[in-house]
Amino acid sequence: MNINSIKSQFPIFSKKINGKTLVYLDSSNSSQKPLSVLESLDNFYKNEFSNIGRSIHSLAVNATNKFEETRTSVKNFINANSKDEIIFTKNATEAINLVATTFGKENIKKGDEILITELEHHSNYVPWHYLRETKGAVIKFAPINDDGDIIIEKLKELLTSKTKIIAVTHLSNVTGTIVPIKEIVEIARKKNIPVLVDGCQSAPHIKIDVRDLDCDFFAFSAHKVYGPTGVGLLYAKKKWLEKLPPYIGGGGMISEVKKDKITYAPIPEKYEAGTMPTAEVVAFNESIKFMQSVGIENIIKHEKELTNYTLEKLKKINSVNIIGNPKNKAGVISFTIKGIHPHDISTIVDENGVAIRAGHHCCQILHERLNLTATARASIGIYNTKEDIDVLCSAVENCRKVFELR
Amino acid sequence: MDLKELYQDIILEHGKNPRNFGKCEKYTHQAKGYNPLCGDQVQVYLKLNNEKKVEDLTFEGSGCAISIASTSIMTELVKGKSTEIAKKIIIDFLNMVKSTSEIKSNDLNEDQKTTVMSLSGVKKYPMRVKCATLAWHTLTSAIERKKEEVNTETID
Repeated sequence: MNINSIKSQFPIFSKKINGKTLVYLDSSNSSQKPLSVLESLDNFYKNEFSNIGRSIHSLAVNATNKFEETRTSVKNFINANSKDEIIFTKNATEAINLVATTFGKENIKKGDEILITELEHHSNYVPWHYLRETKGAVIKFAPINDDGDIIIEKLKELLTSKTKIIAVTHLSNVTGTIVPIKEIVEIARKKNIPVLVDGCQSAPHIKIDVRDLDCDFFAFSAHKVYGPTGVGLLYAKKKWLEKLPPYIGGGGMISEVKKDKITYAPIPEKYEAGTMPTAEVVAFNESIKFMQSVGIENIIKHEKELTNYTLEKLKKINSVNIIGNPKNKAGVISFTIKGIHPHDISTIVDENGVAIRAGHHCCQILHERLNLTATARASIGIYNTKEDIDVLCSAVENCRKVFELR
Repeated sequence: MDLKELYQDIILEHGKNPRNFGKCEKYTHQAKGYNPLCGDQVQVYLKLNNEKKVEDLTFEGSGCAISIASTSIMTELVKGKSTEIAKKIIIDFLNMVKSTSEIKSNDLNEDQKTTVMSLSGVKKYPMRVKCATLAWHTLTSAIERKKEEVNTETID
């Protein structure tokens, strides 16, 4: 696999950003987009634009077909049973809110328990917190060890007859921990507890097979998988989508509307009210094609090598501390430098053209657990090279120089 | 741009060895400030005498070099001033980091002006302006005895 030929498919890397060659190490936040995705957006708006599903003119038929083609591609990408199990949302956050709200409506009563973990992004905590506020639910946090791995034995102990759902990330956006979802689902199955997986970080980097994972819900976003913003994906087992109430009400999600009665459309339309991000969904098909053209095995191999290279090089720099040391780690490398605040690190490396993120990365619970207020984070995408990591490391050295650390 | 314009020696020195750090005794006013974007927080403790003069001003908190240095410098400049003059200095400072790059105040001596002007480089880094201004807004809040915590996302 030739990374330079992959990188050349991303127009942003041929531009100078702030006068510098871009070293983009913020893919956990959002990925850059290949030309095929950008051309699809452009082409759809210029030559094919129409809303979907309502009109019967040629443009509408074509747009609807293309929109549905993406649904089929997503189904294949994550190996779902049926394309009806794929719901388009605004983002992954909305996908999780959809589940928390609709599941919570009928399945959560006062005192019922929701189990999440200390690794969760705010988007897989706040929606459940709403149920704590409105329904009096109890949220429990499965603890992690200092390496950043969930302590499975403790997770087991936290499950009770009142646990109604487990919501857990597939891959931590801070420590890079790859969570053993299958093991957690097996534990949950024995107690008949459904499992929601936050797959935002895993979808671009590891193989996703929802049937193999056997989870009930899987949420992710297009923009992290080299696709457009404005598109989230929710996979849910058919039995749930058929059973749960609708989420947002409006056009497109109804079957029949009378003054005294409304019936809802079958799935997946039941959950897709109003005009959808049509062009973006159509263009997301190109992202999936891009992922498939590179091949998930190649992606895993390249990113693993680069992660190891990054860890090795960063560890050699004085006063750099890597956050977490999970058993199975993806290309998310959070670190601190003794004596330099992460925000200062980010500002200084930016001067070398290096884009990283600094802060709590929407994981304040995890940072509190690790006794940190903020970390710097370099996160890898398929387009990153060893040269990128070399630039990062010399930029980190430069931080030490600016701060006159010895 | 040269990073040294932002991270001047004065800033690095105050960042590493902040002045007036801790809780002063018998403070009469206090306020909390929080930057939700990064989790930085600051608490200022202000001791006013009967003539509304700042007898003591200290702080606690965590943050980046810019925010710690800015807070440290603020405590040095404001100590000994009346609240009226303190408020003027705060406005002058906020204008400097947001637009003018200058300190106009007649209430500071040349040395003090040079020190506080070391923070003017922040203006070129819009994402970092809030790091520099958090403590100053928090001081205003302390002087005015406002109850709610200062939040960088709800102030200019």
